[in-house]
Amino acid sequence: MALIVFIVFVVLVLIVSSRAGRGKTATSGGYYAANSSIHWGVNGIAFAGGYLSVASFLGIAGLIAFFGYDGFLYSIGFLAGWIVALFVIAEPMKRMGTFTFSDALNKNYNRPGIQLAAGLSVLVVSLVYLVPQMVGAGVLVEPLLGIPHYIGVIIVGAVVIFLVAGGGMTSTTYVQFFNGGLLLTFASVLTIAVLVRGVDTTDLPREEGPRGLESYRFEHMALSVGEEGGIHRESLAQTPLRAPEILTTHVEYDEYTGEPVLRLYQLSRLIPAEPAAAGEYTARVKGRTVKFDANRVEEVDGAPFVRIEDWWRLEQNPRFLPTGTEAELREAQSITTKPDGTQLVNGVEFGLGAQTQLRQMGRVSDLPDGEGATGAVGPIGLLSVLSDENTSIQLARAAGFRIDGGTEVSVYYEKPVAGDEYMRPGMRFPVIAREGEPEITTRLNRLNFISLMLALFLGTSALPHILIRYYTVPSAAAARKSTIVAIAGIGLFYVLTMYLGVGALVGGANNPLTDNMSAPLLARSFNEPLFAVVSGIAFTTVLATTSGLIMAASGTVAHDLMVNLVRREIPDKTKVFAGRIVAVVVGVIGIGLGIAFRGVNVSYLVGWAFAVAASANLPSLLFMLFWKRTTAAGIIASILVGLVSSVGLILIGPDMWGIYGLDPAQAPMPLDQPGIISIPLSFITIIVVSLATQKEKPQQAAPAS
Amino acid sequence: MAEDRPSAFEAYERRKVRLGVRLTLLYAAVYAGFVVLNVFFPPIIQKSGLFGLNLALTYGLGLIILAVVLALLYNWLCGVPPTEREEG
Repeated sequence: MALIVFIVFVVLVLIVSSRAGRGKTATSGGYYAANSSIHWGVNGIAFAGGYLSVASFLGIAGLIAFFGYDGFLYSIGFLAGWIVALFVIAEPMKRMGTFTFSDALNKNYNRPGIQLAAGLSVLVVSLVYLVPQMVGAGVLVEPLLGIPHYIGVIIVGAVVIFLVAGGGMTSTTYVQFFNGGLLLTFASVLTIAVLVRGVDTTDLPREEGPRGLESYRFEHMALSVGEEGGIHRESLAQTPLRAPEILTTHVEYDEYTGEPVLRLYQLSRLIPAEPAAAGEYTARVKGRTVKFDANRVEEVDGAPFVRIEDWWRLEQNPRFLPTGTEAELREAQSITTKPDGTQLVNGVEFGLGAQTQLRQMGRVSDLPDGEGATGAVGPIGLLSVLSDENTSIQLARAAGFRIDGGTEVSVYYEKPVAGDEYMRPGMRFPVIAREGEPEITTRLNRLNFISLMLALFLGTSALPHILIRYYTVPSAAAARKSTIVAIAGIGLFYVLTMYLGVGALVGGANNPLTDNMSAPLLARSFNEPLFAVVSGIAFTTVLATTSGLIMAASGTVAHDLMVNLVRREIPDKTKVFAGRIVAVVVGVIGIGLGIAFRGVNVSYLVGWAFAVAASANLPSLLFMLFWKRTTAAGIIASILVGLVSSVGLILIGPDMWGIYGLDPAQAPMPLDQPGIISIPLSFITIIVVSLATQKEKPQQAAPAS
Repeated sequence: MAEDRPSAFEAYERRKVRLGVRLTLLYAAVYAGFVVLNVFFPPIIQKSGLFGLNLALTYGLGLIILAVVLALLYNWLCGVPPTEREEG
């Protein structure tokens, strides 16, 4: 059912979009700029549809569901950059360019070097931004269609190539327009549903669905603590657990204070079984009915039981314990992989793949007034309840380690936090100094955050797939109006995203394996058709953003790089043909990168794309517009320095060091986010080089004003 | 292109650029204040803001609303060019 709705939905959007582009791609003006005939209202929603990538829709909702307020910080940065786009970039870009960002930059200079450098920059930024979109596509399609990640990436890549190479900018515009409209509509529908449902600490959906990602209320039981802070074994025997034995203990300590921060126990215990078909028994494991062979069954007092090994967490913080309770044992989930490759999910060998068998996590366990449920609640009321210091929230967290014999263990547990901690900075971006943390670590953490927020603010208006959309409207005024529509639409969407994130938390709709599925799973917590439609929208979101990026890369290669490398006038039809070929090539490269970068955190990659765009493109754009002494050499140097420094700093940063398999602490560049260094460096370069090359006169007055 | 247009239009364009730069600087200052508060003054950002929300949420939502308000204000102040009507 969900699959059919999903396929019908995506095919409909594709048919309508590709029909819109039919017959409008014969000329380069039609192929690259939709003949500048798009209405500003449509263009504004298309701006939103192209800009709101999976990082915004799936990524931010998931970050809010898992990390609270810090996910919202991304929203603020992603929107704030549009102010720069509207007030200083939109209208000059439309007036000065024809098809690409390089056109505008080169307008007053007519130097092949500018077009080559800008073209190269557009190509790099497009590819860097393309990677997380492709990775996200695979993550999305994998559970939905039950196909491997790489096939998901290939499907998305093939559809986008078909769309862009066939319908050019007109088809791209309409895919983005439909996507923008659908995102706003269904984010509003989900938000209303979240508010009507309110917060319920007692009643979570428990139906068993075909994919087994539904919610489950984890068990917890009081016990006392032994001398060393661990479980008191005698009190363990008095819990409702039957014949429990501690097999393994895993304790994690705070790296600065040395205090234990996480105590996990692998318990062996008996659970009741029932005879089923011949030679088989069934038992309930984490609320799920599982079949067992008869040889696994033990008779105790005449009743059948099976022994399973699963993981539990010890909670000792009085803030999150019932009054008078010293400690509680709280049920967790686990995936264990033995050295011979055997995988157990929650202690049971399902043989169906791990991802389909874990329970969803995340919930509100206590409300401020001690009530069980709020009932329907207003938009401010919901946020107010969730940020209350007396609200208790259970967040999904994971711990990975090895136990004896080389078995790899991943434990997924509920981490309790108070509402005021959930709605303040610090869980994702560690900007608040922890006890005993060295000052240098605090400073680096803060610099990383400032660097990211700077890149988001300055990078938005320099993203290639945003810049090309200024050429699809007929005039500068239309460019301005469409940017205002985009700001209103994107601003509204980011407010709604907050509710999608907290709705997924409140509804227990988080897959503990990934923070990218919270929005579709939130939809599923209401009903299956809504899940299918929201998954379809997530898929069209990937299509919308990737088609814009491939379009930008195609335009810049065919229009900027090829013309300057060939160094002679190319016929219009050849330019369009070259654009189609480049779209195919870039799409195939994107598919390859999407497969290669599987598993890399997509939000980092998106942050990097903004940093590269802000470093390579924005300084030259701003100085070309506002500083009369800017020279062609200054522009070229600024683009190249911004590009090389930002990409170079990423490559020698801690995240990449980790990807290389090295110790991130030993990385030559201590920051993950390069913007705070590479952006000023690019600004300084354009000033210094322009001043040093003042003899070189531009062909016309530089400033657009 | 701006260079070919009558001087009244150029004056209009210059005024618009000045307005755009000022509004950008205004928003950048408010945005920078938000980042600085989050990074360096966590106890302040956790204090009560409006409507029962903390300052962190109030300020963040306020930034989104401010962006939309400034965008509409800019469009209104830009009005129609004095010598040309670029489009309806």
